[in-house]
Amino acid sequence: MAVLTLAPGYESQIEYRDAEKNFHGNRLVYVHWEQHLAFCSAIAFPLPPAMPFGAFVEAVVKPHYAAHPDAEKIDWTQVVWMIDGEKKVPDFSKSLEENGLRHKSLVRFWTPGLGGYKGSAS
Amino acid sequence: MTAKKLGLKQRYAHMTRGLDWETTYQPMDKVFPYDQFEGIKIKDWSAWEDPFRLTMDAYWKFQAEKERKLYAVLDAFAQNNGQASVSDGRYINTLKLFLTGVSPLEYQAHRGFAFTGRHLRGAGPRVAAQMQSLDELRHVQTQIHTISQYNKYFDGLSEFPHMHDRVWYLSVPKSFFDDARAAGPFEFMIAIGFAFEYVLTNLLFVPFMSGAAYNGDMSTVTFGFSAQSDESRHMTLGIEVIKFLLEQHPDNLPIVQKWVDKWFWRGFRVLGLVAMMMDYMLPKKVMSWKEAWEIYFTEGGGSLFQDLARYGIKVPKYADVATEAAEHISHQNWAVFYQYTHAAGFHTWMPDREHLDWLSEKYPNTFDKYYRPRWEMWAQAEKEGKRFYNMALPQLCQVCQIPMAYTEPGDPTTICFRETQFKGETYHFCSDGCKDIFDDEPEKYAQSWLPVHQIFQGNCGGPTVPDVLNWYRMNNGADNMDYAGSPDEKLWNEWHAKAAEAAG
Repeated sequence: MAVLTLAPGYESQIEYRDAEKNFHGNRLVYVHWEQHLAFCSAIAFPLPPAMPFGAFVEAVVKPHYAAHPDAEKIDWTQVVWMIDGEKKVPDFSKSLEENGLRHKSLVRFWTPGLGGYKGSAS
Repeated sequence: MTAKKLGLKQRYAHMTRGLDWETTYQPMDKVFPYDQFEGIKIKDWSAWEDPFRLTMDAYWKFQAEKERKLYAVLDAFAQNNGQASVSDGRYINTLKLFLTGVSPLEYQAHRGFAFTGRHLRGAGPRVAAQMQSLDELRHVQTQIHTISQYNKYFDGLSEFPHMHDRVWYLSVPKSFFDDARAAGPFEFMIAIGFAFEYVLTNLLFVPFMSGAAYNGDMSTVTFGFSAQSDESRHMTLGIEVIKFLLEQHPDNLPIVQKWVDKWFWRGFRVLGLVAMMMDYMLPKKVMSWKEAWEIYFTEGGGSLFQDLARYGIKVPKYADVATEAAEHISHQNWAVFYQYTHAAGFHTWMPDREHLDWLSEKYPNTFDKYYRPRWEMWAQAEKEGKRFYNMALPQLCQVCQIPMAYTEPGDPTTICFRETQFKGETYHFCSDGCKDIFDDEPEKYAQSWLPVHQIFQGNCGGPTVPDVLNWYRMNNGADNMDYAGSPDEKLWNEWHAKAAEAAG
């Protein structure tokens, strides 16, 4: 639908506020550990697209989820990954970009056998 | 011979005669440039009569009388140190939430109704919108004065207008009103006049004012009474506007229904802060959020929409989703603030056993299964000296701007993720309700000022938490963090130790 506006040329003046170019060479990446809602929502990071996926897991994902009692029980070889709605097996040695992460991509992961505190998904 | 006194109705007619004259120096469409572009068709403006027939002189007289009573109570409250007699020091945090999150909306409403009063070309709605604009200005002023007594003693209140414009969670109520004020005058009237002031207002003011009464805060209760007669006038205006639009032209129905759907959902999301306040923040509870939702939305709203059915208006889309979510949102929201307490402008706390039992009783279907274990896990961590803080920033919904903490309808174990592609970029939403709003006007919401993204772009004072808190003017170590160990708690305990000593 065409934008409903009084000002002629309104669309040409729109500031797309979260365009990738505004993040100083980084890309927004959201990550979420499923069945562990003690972390209230997915968490957001501005990351260089050339960062290897393995480094992302080591330096970003692991430390931010370390406070959960399930964290130390994760078998990272068994983790199920979903990137932007598609189940994927990421190549840890390749970059975020090569693994298909775009600006504002959502990475969800499941840890089989771990269902949160006392199985409550918390 | 004494002059004959005019009756109220005659007096009103006399005082307002000719206010809707046809302009001749400029065409009417140029004088009122905003009242057609939204697609609303009005055949006869004179069909909208001002229901109150309140003239300006009568308005000043009524309001001045109410102010005299209110300020007499506020003076007495200050002289008696009423701030020390509320139920518990934790109670003050509900006032912090109100002053930073709600009072600035009264000011926004003042601005919005002033604009609307200027830009609708019928005299009836112009006068009514002008009166409401003045009411809203009075409300923000009296709220600030009422709560200023607490500001002399407690943290978190002094920078409320600055915080409202900057703090991450306050962008939720702020953007709600910015959205309404950036719309045309008819959408504003449906958004604020109808959806907010009529459908949802009882879920905002009754909990806060009853909360104040239950917790011994007589000054806030008196403010509530002082605003009550204004609120009933606002509700009447809200119901008048929707009926007027629907009676004027059948083409207005789908536009109005779309706005009702949108603003119901927007309002429901903002009210999540009230849900959390009722279930977690009031030391003496009034009722649960779920009970309030049943009384004020399911029952009250149900009969309203039955009444509107003759105009073709349906119950707002996703009302069923909101009703199901009444089991969850207060717990999910308090969990957000608990883990981001270091960036909150009020204090948080772990609910104690008695409080958890109350929640179990009020939420028998869900609390023990999904939420009690979460609090018990965190209580255990606190006991071990490892109180949980989430040190990453949350993903936010593009429309309501709340952390994406809400779960799938019917599945409280899975976050609800929705997304849309627009001009090559991905946008994320917490719900179908928020996604629908974006999809209808993507150009508008692609411009949202999302606090988390702004921090990453370098626009919020710096990259670290203390940098951002400083930019928020949040006094780190006093305004934020848990109530336990706060200066507020220390002060409260000192007062009560002295009182106990004096009582012997």
